[in-house]
Amino acid sequence: MLTDNDLQAIGLTVRLAGLTTLILFLIGTPIAWWLARSRSAWKGAIGAIVALPLVLPPSVLGFYLLLAMGPQGPVGQFTQALGIGTLPFTFWGLVIASVFYSLPFMVQPLQGAFEAIGDRPLEVAATLRASPVDCFFSVVLPLAKPGFITAGILSFAHTVGEFGVVLMIGGNIPGLTRVASVQIYDHVEAMEYGDAHRLAAVMLVFSFLVLLALYTRRPATDQAI
Amino acid sequence: MKTASTLCLALLIPCAAQGGDVQVAVAANFTAPMQQIAAEFAKDSGHQAILSFGATGKFYAQISNGAPFELFLAADDSTPARLEKDKQTVSGSRYTYAVGTLVLWSPHSDSIDQHGQVLNNASFKHLAIANPKTAPYGMAAIETLKKLALLDRLQPRFVQGENISQTLQFVSTGNAELGFVALSQVTKDGKLNSGSAWIVPGNLHEPIYQDVVILNKGKDNPAASALHAYLKSAKARAIIQSFGYALR
Repeated sequence: MLTDNDLQAIGLTVRLAGLTTLILFLIGTPIAWWLARSRSAWKGAIGAIVALPLVLPPSVLGFYLLLAMGPQGPVGQFTQALGIGTLPFTFWGLVIASVFYSLPFMVQPLQGAFEAIGDRPLEVAATLRASPVDCFFSVVLPLAKPGFITAGILSFAHTVGEFGVVLMIGGNIPGLTRVASVQIYDHVEAMEYGDAHRLAAVMLVFSFLVLLALYTRRPATDQAI
Repeated sequence: MKTASTLCLALLIPCAAQGGDVQVAVAANFTAPMQQIAAEFAKDSGHQAILSFGATGKFYAQISNGAPFELFLAADDSTPARLEKDKQTVSGSRYTYAVGTLVLWSPHSDSIDQHGQVLNNASFKHLAIANPKTAPYGMAAIETLKKLALLDRLQPRFVQGENISQTLQFVSTGNAELGFVALSQVTKDGKLNSGSAWIVPGNLHEPIYQDVVILNKGKDNPAASALHAYLKSAKARAIIQSFGYALR
């Protein structure tokens, strides 16, 4: 049913979304924790920066990334000095772009989950002489588990649905940067509507299932908290 | 208060031209000449041409699904022919308004020699081309590399632009060292705007005939037929040629 190229595009999309979600867990968790607990004057500004990709057109993000990661841009200069060349048109370039693009989908659910825990369990843990690290792993993580699941699903799904940024910095290279959304766009432009339909149907079903999982899970998690 | 009411008026009355408007879909490679032609057209006829630029394949999909375009300047001859077969066009309105010229271009003045030898040396990491499946200039680039027996060697270095404008953008931002673009994008009045280029000889690829058609939506619009005819005028032809296109 699907061509080899389509399967390759789907595989690439899953790999991109998976890696992006993994990286987002690592950098999104401390950001969300800080946003949830901090009383710093910077909280509003950092929160706004994290939320920017929700509002910015992908073309703006793609344009800045293309310039910043290009040979004359600051990121490009840095990566060239490291000897890894420039990032546009590479898989890792897409990963970095996707991390920016999906950041709010990781940070915001986590921040909500951390805020919902409140001070009390942490104070109790502290009086029981739990170290902050111990407290995070044995109190916060279990309590915030539904938040982590939601954040993971949303980040993964949102990266799968990425299009504009990839189009602007990807260069449409098969197996490297040609993800499923771009492949569909290609099919449509080439007037291969049959191929476009098949791959589009796969994306539609996938997106629906993800959201179904998210929404049917929800009532149960509310009870858990 | 006064500014507010002026703004309201401006929003209510989008265009106060005395002539009619015509909605035009224009292939991305023809952006610069078309802007100039539209300006002259407005001066000479009083009609306003409202221009949309993009990939020819995308316009085909949009037109087939009811986009409000009245005139279509494609980057090839097969898409207008296909629309004609689909009965989406005014019959007899199709003709070639320009013949495209392919060029290998780099923003650096010493990158590309007169004979395109740089392709043999292959001292570059990325070669930008327009998507050959959808863009005629991309197809012409593939044909050229095939003829030069370089396709297999250079294919791994391809980065593809969605259309010819994005292809140029990849090169002009320095992310790809060089790329195949339309001569019209990098020249003005027969002179290179910047960088270095190799004009690909016409015998290395099929000619890039660019056709125009009046679409069904523009059938009864005098502004559409006026612009359709204006493209053949001496003035328009001079502009088209000044951007490096040939005429048929």
